[in-house]
Amino acid sequence: MKKTNQMKKIIYAFAAIAFLSFAQSCKKDSEFLDKQPTSTLPIDAVWKDPNLVLTVVGDLYDRYPDYQTIEAWWTFAVFDEGFASASGDYFRHQNLEYGYDAWRYWDMGVYGYIRDLNMFIKRGQESTALKAEDRDRFLAEARFIRAGVYFEMVKAMGGVPLITTVLDYNYSGDPSYLQFPRAKETEIYDFVISELEAVKTILPDNPTVQSRATKAAALAMESRAALYAGSIAKYSNSQLSLPGGEVGISSGLANAYFTKSLAAAKEIIDGGKYSLYKKNPNLSENFAALFTDKGSNPEVIFAKDFKLKTNKVHGFTIDNQPRSSAEEAQGGRLNPSLNLVQSFEKLDNTYASMASVDGSGNPVYYSGITDIFAGRDARLAGTVILPGTQFKGKTVDIWAGYQLADGSIVTGDNFGQNKTNVLPGNAGSVQVVGADGPVDGLEFSAQSGFYVRKYLDPATGSGQIGTRSDVWWIRYRYAEVLLNAAEAAFELGDPTTAANYIKQVRDRAGLTVALTPAEITFDRIVHERKVELAFEGHELWDMKRWRLADKVWNGNNMSAADFINANNIGSATRTSTQVFGLWPYKYYNPGNANHLKYIFKVIKPSRVTAAHRFRIGNYYSSIGQDVLNGNPKIVRNPNQ
Amino acid sequence: MKIRFYFMIGALIAVLFASCKKDNYEAPEADFTGRIVYKGEPISVQYGQVNFELWQSGFGNYSALNVNVSQDGTYSAKLFNGDYKLVFSPNQGPFLWKKNAAGRQDSIAVNINGSKTMDIEVMPYYMIRGATLTAAAGKINAFCKLEKIITNADGKDIENVSLYINKTQFVDGSNNIATQQISGAAISDLNNLNMSVTIPGITPTQNYVFARIGVKIAGVDDLIFTPVSKIGF
Repeated sequence: MKKTNQMKKIIYAFAAIAFLSFAQSCKKDSEFLDKQPTSTLPIDAVWKDPNLVLTVVGDLYDRYPDYQTIEAWWTFAVFDEGFASASGDYFRHQNLEYGYDAWRYWDMGVYGYIRDLNMFIKRGQESTALKAEDRDRFLAEARFIRAGVYFEMVKAMGGVPLITTVLDYNYSGDPSYLQFPRAKETEIYDFVISELEAVKTILPDNPTVQSRATKAAALAMESRAALYAGSIAKYSNSQLSLPGGEVGISSGLANAYFTKSLAAAKEIIDGGKYSLYKKNPNLSENFAALFTDKGSNPEVIFAKDFKLKTNKVHGFTIDNQPRSSAEEAQGGRLNPSLNLVQSFEKLDNTYASMASVDGSGNPVYYSGITDIFAGRDARLAGTVILPGTQFKGKTVDIWAGYQLADGSIVTGDNFGQNKTNVLPGNAGSVQVVGADGPVDGLEFSAQSGFYVRKYLDPATGSGQIGTRSDVWWIRYRYAEVLLNAAEAAFELGDPTTAANYIKQVRDRAGLTVALTPAEITFDRIVHERKVELAFEGHELWDMKRWRLADKVWNGNNMSAADFINANNIGSATRTSTQVFGLWPYKYYNPGNANHLKYIFKVIKPSRVTAAHRFRIGNYYSSIGQDVLNGNPKIVRNPNQ
Repeated sequence: MKIRFYFMIGALIAVLFASCKKDNYEAPEADFTGRIVYKGEPISVQYGQVNFELWQSGFGNYSALNVNVSQDGTYSAKLFNGDYKLVFSPNQGPFLWKKNAAGRQDSIAVNINGSKTMDIEVMPYYMIRGATLTAAAGKINAFCKLEKIITNADGKDIENVSLYINKTQFVDGSNNIATQQISGAAISDLNNLNMSVTIPGITPTQNYVFARIGVKIAGVDDLIFTPVSKIGF
């Protein structure tokens, strides 16, 4: 009985297997081969569900271009804002000139991205399954991103082929119908501006949406793009132009662009939904928190957001945290330069070098290590970790050694090194250099005498490789909008309006003596953007559009004398080709009134061996030879 | 066993013979040398900053060979024999390069067949004339005149004139120990330019410096220099 049962089971099993396999082979051959992939979704399925479309938009946002960003700290060391205190990056201070291909943003990847955007827009327009409001928002976001990509291209390359439809090759052997000439530089700027004008009313006008496109994000980008176009027109010269207009904007168009820039900025300002971040009464702490506070931050308009415990985190804090209090055995890479530090003006709106020596060249003795930085723009301590200030509740230990009465220096060659019997009258072991350096040539030490503070995450664990940081990268913020408005108004001959806008930004920095309209000059505007927007990816593009880059980075080397009692710090054309530092020393002379007081020395890190040289051919990056070979209609950029 | 032994010898021979195959191109052998000149006078420039392009067609994708011009205006390149086109890209060098009818930089056909020496004639914006560099009382004194060569609409103003000194033979804006600069606006007489710079302390001590004068022309990247002179003091 039992046996029969078992037998039956086996038979049933066989029958089932046979049925399944025969049924399978009953399928038509075509169906057998034609399977839906399980790893990707078909297009029409995506366009039925707003959540699925959002994942596609998320990818498009993720590829949004940034040249300088907190995900690539070393890009901030390419010019004069910072020194790269990492042995693999010293070369950034050792190359004389920038290659003509530097900052190139035109390759297969960029046009592949534009093709994806165009394809997304086309499919969205064809889809019918989504609610109209959802669909319109997605399409407006894609157009916003596309405008951003073209803006990035025109900044780097000048006019580029303007492709707004999906192009397909027909395999006919003749690709010439796919070869488009470069549009004029003005045409790209006009496209960017008109696209943003078109989508601003579709996008949500909601200040709590900060990592997706909003009305204010569109207006902020429009304001910046129009300002760039306006200044390129105003400061144009015959060398930076091509006969076809691919590069160069006629100076007659300047005012029209400035007017557009001002109008876009005003629309955000008058909308009243955004304001400057003013949560902390300590102005320096407040300025630092502006970049790291992600909870109802009223200043942030458009940012690239990150999230802990996902793979969307970054290591800016790991790379750049003070070495002495670091949570991993690294940090300290990006060291702000003295060039930047001394640009922060004094509270009476005047410029001055850091007072390391007095007028007759004698060292100035300070009883506190931070005293030399007192009475300056509050943004200085919010942007830079100064010697003797704190990060994450720990005081950084930056001092270069002892200077003895005879002028000789006692120092070490490692973080916080101790030496025995090196100080006169003291046979014991003493620490001879700060735990954060500076030690010349020692990576991760504060080789310029400073560490960066902007974007450094104060959260516990942000400096650990296992945790990392989720501080966001702010692409557009309200203070820049105010500065755009101020600059556009100034260029339009309205310094009163300019003074009013610039005052709001300066008040927040503790510079309470307002600049009068007569004091608003071009140099003032250049300076204000330099200090407010340092380490935010503006410097290169600003210097390019003002046509100042070849004057400031002119390839002439500098000396310490340029940083001692300098009288041209506020000059927009001041040479700044090499990064310098300022090192504190303790004066050791028992019995002297200045014993153990601090003195400061202007130094050039020994790894800085060349002066940056920005050539006229660098204003527009060269176009790759592969692009030129592939499309005979492309003309080369000038002066290369 | 024997078969395996032969097999091994066979394999060994095959390997050894395979590596006897010629697998490299011959190195280029023709020397292409010369100077960039204006009416026979060489034009001194900054080291490593001025180059011209040599293009050769017929070998796949187009790309240029860059040939650098040295401080004293000389150049040299090792090339294969063949036909090349020589061109300065726009804005290279403190001089103008002739343009073709379409307004593009014109090229010179160069046939390389064995070594060749060729002076390349260019049209500088300015020439430095009668330069003298002397040492006196811890200073280097310089005198020169400037002759404006391009006087038509293509001509350009002088942005500044600088006297550079250095302890090595490379002397320019980024390699110097002291400079003295006259801005273009401060120049009243192109035929009488005087500059003077104090020689700073040099470690290790040396009793000579290298000096030369450079002229920056407005809107032109590259400076035109006098030849480097070694001055004892």
